[in-house]
Amino acid sequence: MLAKRAARAADGAPLGIRMRVNPVAKTVLQRLGLGLVTLFIVSIIIFSAIAMLPGDFAKATLGQSATPETVAALQHEIGLDRPPIQRYFSWIGKMAQGDFGSSFASRTGYRRTVAEIIAPRLYNTMFLAVMTALVAVPLALGLGILAALYRNSWFDRLVNTVTLTTISFPEFFVAYILAFLIISRDTFAGTQFAQSLPVWLAVSINWTLNVVPKFPTLANISDQTPFWEHVWRAALPSITLTLVIVAHMMRMTRAAIINMLSSPYIDMARLKGMRPMVIVLRHALPNAWAPIVTVVAFNLAYLIVGVVVVEVVFVYPGVGQLMVDAVKSRDVPVVQACALVFAATYILLNLIADIISIATNPRLLHPR
Amino acid sequence: MTSAEPVIQTTGAPRVKRTRRSRMRIALKKAPLSAWFGMGVTLCYILVALFAPLIAPYRETQVFSEAFAPWSHEFMFGTDQLGRDMLTRLIYGARNTIGIAFATTTISFTAGVTLGLLAAMYRGWPDQLLSRAVDVLMSIPSLIFALMLLSIFGSSITSLVLIIALLDSTRMFRLARAVGLNVVVMDFVEVAQLRGEGPAWILRREILPNILPPLIAEFGLRFCFVFLTIAALSFLGVGIQPPSADWGSMVRENATLITYGDVTPLLPAGAIALLTVAVNFVVDWVLHSTSGLRDEK
Repeated sequence: MLAKRAARAADGAPLGIRMRVNPVAKTVLQRLGLGLVTLFIVSIIIFSAIAMLPGDFAKATLGQSATPETVAALQHEIGLDRPPIQRYFSWIGKMAQGDFGSSFASRTGYRRTVAEIIAPRLYNTMFLAVMTALVAVPLALGLGILAALYRNSWFDRLVNTVTLTTISFPEFFVAYILAFLIISRDTFAGTQFAQSLPVWLAVSINWTLNVVPKFPTLANISDQTPFWEHVWRAALPSITLTLVIVAHMMRMTRAAIINMLSSPYIDMARLKGMRPMVIVLRHALPNAWAPIVTVVAFNLAYLIVGVVVVEVVFVYPGVGQLMVDAVKSRDVPVVQACALVFAATYILLNLIADIISIATNPRLLHPR
Repeated sequence: MTSAEPVIQTTGAPRVKRTRRSRMRIALKKAPLSAWFGMGVTLCYILVALFAPLIAPYRETQVFSEAFAPWSHEFMFGTDQLGRDMLTRLIYGARNTIGIAFATTTISFTAGVTLGLLAAMYRGWPDQLLSRAVDVLMSIPSLIFALMLLSIFGSSITSLVLIIALLDSTRMFRLARAVGLNVVVMDFVEVAQLRGEGPAWILRREILPNILPPLIAEFGLRFCFVFLTIAALSFLGVGIQPPSADWGSMVRENATLITYGDVTPLLPAGAIALLTVAVNFVVDWVLHSTSGLRDEK
């Protein structure tokens, strides 16, 4: 440390220049660089997916009747006849220009590029994710702050138990319960269960079920679907995701705020006789932004995983469903492109979270 | 990642040295209702999984003539899309689903903790190498990574277990390394080293007992996570393959029944949810009683 300072002092002029570089900008740049390196390594891993394919992959895909020529043609198409490094750079170069190669589902004379398959689905998935985030983030932050404020009250305990339960549910369970409720609107009165209940109870349950709007249980969406129609049809997937995300996000917000509330300066504020609301809003929250942003980003990243399952349940035409179908048919270029999209989004979200926490928290500027 | 907070002593004034068994009895006596519920449910699941052939009314893959039969005395929860008894499938499902998830968690736990503690003990380049590798593995969502790897290696149970164990061991590694780092610098470790004990002895006798409670709790959490991941993969049709009974794929295969207002497909999904809730309750209690601080997550 001392030696470094001495070395800096020795070369005089550069010291002045270096001092003027904003430390926030420097940390942010470092973090950006790290993010790029991560993305680079991840792209190599995803790329090597195709290199790891078993040797007779071309033969296996084409089936028993494949002639050596068609096998060789497919191998050439995938690029298995070239050295890996050359293949990687041509792959990543094309990727950067938006050319994701062509799907294994394409046949001679009928080329299906991965880009054209993925583009409309990416829009749909983004639509669903943004729609969910707009509802879930404010809701979760509000609930989390309230639970932290009134911790160990019945409200806190109720919210805690409910969220712990929701977290433990697989996404498809939540999704099917919701779908079941919607369907029960029409079928409940006819079930044996309803007939075994006393009439007043059956009628009131039926009435309660009818309050629930009749959301479509299959998200049937095409490019021509108008905006509000799209929102309406994506409602059920979005509600499912909201339930799952809010639980996580709320618990983490609560934990972050409680952690903050145990700091000495909060005790000080409390001893001065400030109101709890003022303490949270004026003292705890400004310092809690960094953890909260991390929480939000983490959960939006989690949304990526949830999207896959929920899209399959509601047959929502998004990237997640595409990826699952591609995995089943072992259409590796499509899987690679989907994985790259998901991984890039994930890394980007974490990067944004880190940058925001650096920019809002001066203490992070000098990590020990 | 918060880890290794100091253990808070909550015992009263005259501190008597207690044996492990009496401490456990006292802890059990103080356990809240949710923990008892969790332990009871988990125990039931384990019993059902172990004695599946004795409990189940039919054989795992026995096919009857009527597919999608309604609930009756003969078939308590009806039959599935091929005419197999739902109850039997549910019982065998416990065996397959929990067994595979448990095996996966054990592999990932052993590998992750061993490597994590070794990294904490030796530091230097092996630690750097492992930590950076873990960083990269964790920068891709694990379900996405698992899907990608499964598309390459195909969905067999071996590849499923190994892939998920690999992806999951990253988190065990991080926790074990973080907790281990705090203990490695303690004087008693140095004393053991000066006494001439080997690394295996130090790892097992000096470090491990001091960090066991958070690791055990983490084992429970990871089990839930692995269990849910495998269920999700099976639900998506790329996990455990037919004809073995498994809850995730049972939900998918019978999902069409929901459109007729039938609750049957919710049963396997509910079975998954109930076990996860139960394990979570137990873990919550263990965390609460061992660390006192890590009860927020």
